[in-house]
Formats: sequence, C-alpha cells, structure tokens
Amino acid sequence: MENKLYDYILSLGDNSLILGHRLSELCGHGPSLETDIALTNISLDLYGQVRNYFQYAAELAGEDASEDSIAFLRTDRQHKNVWLVEQPNEDFGHVICRQFLFDSFHMPLMKQLCESKDERISAIAKKSIKESSYHERFSSEWMKRLGAGTEVSNQKVQAALDHLYPFVNEFFQETPLDKEMKENGIGGDLPAIKEVYFKNVHALLLEAGLTIPEPDWRQTDGKLGYHSEHLGFILAELQYMQRSYPNSDW
Amino acid sequence: MSTKKEWPIWEVFIRSKNGLEHRHAGSLHAADAEMAMENARDVYTRRQEGVSLWVVESKHIVASNPEANGEMFAPAEDKVYRHPTFYELPIELKHM
Repeated sequence: MENKLYDYILSLGDNSLILGHRLSELCGHGPSLETDIALTNISLDLYGQVRNYFQYAAELAGEDASEDSIAFLRTDRQHKNVWLVEQPNEDFGHVICRQFLFDSFHMPLMKQLCESKDERISAIAKKSIKESSYHERFSSEWMKRLGAGTEVSNQKVQAALDHLYPFVNEFFQETPLDKEMKENGIGGDLPAIKEVYFKNVHALLLEAGLTIPEPDWRQTDGKLGYHSEHLGFILAELQYMQRSYPNSDW
Repeated sequence: MSTKKEWPIWEVFIRSKNGLEHRHAGSLHAADAEMAMENARDVYTRRQEGVSLWVVESKHIVASNPEANGEMFAPAEDKVYRHPTFYELPIELKHM
C-alpha cells in the first residue's frame, strides 16, 4: 500500500515539477516585465507544491530518500507526468494555452483532494488550491484576451490550442493506480473531473472566440512512464548538477 | 513586444493592512483593468505587502504643475502655527 501511495504522490507531483520547470525557463525572457514575473511566480507556486509532495513521498520511501533525490535522481521512465506539461514554450500563446489546459484540470483535482482520506494529501491540496485558483484566473483571462484580441493573437493562440489539445485527454486516462486510489478515498475521481473539465474549457474557448479542436489522435501513457523526447532534455538540465556533482549542496 | 508599447501605464496603490490607507507603490503596464489588477498582484504583493489593491490608469490622475510650485507650496513655509504640535495626542492614535 505504501508503495502505491508513493507512486500516486509522484503522479501528482511530477505534473507540477515538469510544468514548473518549463515556466522557469521563461525567467528573464518576458514577454513583458509583468508577465515574466507572473509566470515565474506560478513556477515557484508549483515548485512549492512539488516540495510538499516529494517530502511526503520521501518519508514513505524511507532510507536515504529525500525530496532532492526524488526530484534529481529519477530517470525519464520513472516520471509520471502527462505529456502536456512537457511541451515546449514555443511562444506566449503556447505558454498560456498549456497553462490554461492544465489549470482547468488542476483546480477541480485540488478541490477533490481537499477531501482526501489521506491527511497529508488533503493538507497539501488545501494549501495549493488558493494558488491554483489564481493560476486558473490568470490563464483564463489571457486565453480570452488573446482569443478575442487581434487577428494575429487569435491565430497564434488557436495554433497553440490545435497543437496542445490532443494531449488533454491523458489527464483522464484512469490507470489501475488512479482507480484504486479513487476507490479507497485517497485519490481524485477522474471521470467526474472530466465532465466538469470539458464543460468549462469549451465554454471559455467559445467565449474567447476560439474553435474547439477535434483531434484525430490522442496522447496517452505519460502516467505509465512513456514520454516525449522533450522530457529527456528537461531532465538533463534539471538534474545536471546532482548528476555531475553528487550530493553537492548550497 | 510591439503590443507592449501600446499598453497604457497604471498606478498601483497598496493597503498594507486593514485600518491603514492605500499608498502609492509604483506603476506598471497593462492592457485593461483586469490585467492591471493581476499584474499589480504579481509585481507588487509577492512578499505579503498588502491586503487590498487599487489600480488606476495614470492618465486619470491630475498632477500639479511643477512650474506653479511657488504659488502652490511656498506660502505654507512660514506658517508653523498650522502644525498641530501644541496638542497631546492619546497613545491609541498611532497613525497620525
């Protein structure tokens, strides 16, 4: 049971870890001072959540495990994040669209996890939900602004949406672990979130004057450890210091 | 970056805690009121600086003309009797 709980916590934390890293790449790169700070704030919020998850996971793992060893010493196949959060920043439209598609999932998940029978997960969710709520507000407002802005901003965010939309269904791919965690009252109820998700996302996309894509393929299996080539490059950068100089410290 | 140039400037005011007044904190660029409020939150309240925010587009602020400083402010210089320094203030009044 502890191993399964450990895996489940990593599946929660890894999405925030990888998305947090993607956003951190924007530090100092704008597109404006205000959005630069906003996006790196979000990155730091996500990293804060990751620390809480990984500290808990490290306690479950025992021995020499620590939040750092979990973040810096796992291979790509050991990561359980979805493909969406690995996708490159490309342009501001992609960054906002990826954030919006993630936040729309993350908020209802955090709401459910507040009621988790696992006290630690519930406590992390209660702390995270205020942050996630702001993230969702930020990315939704920007989706509307870009979608209903100029012809160019509409085209760019639509292109980002078309590119990223095939990845969203993976949020709702229920692995045997997800099912078990749902049934014992610890984890989220993905089919229930799916209903809310598409209702909210579709409503906002229409309000933003965007076309809801109908992709002819859907990505799956990131949760099972199968990833795009992007994850390897992310981990190379993220883990370089600990790999090259083991146990180095500040 | 080209659109940024078209974003107007907004002034940000922060109330640091309940009971105190809003104070000018700085300015920022934003395309609309909603964005100005979000930017103000992200740029100026990251370190628990406040419990309330005001944003106002800079063009709505009427400023005094520096050239008129003589007639505007100089006459107050020699009127010390306007300072209420002859009263004992109760200690409960902390922010006078």
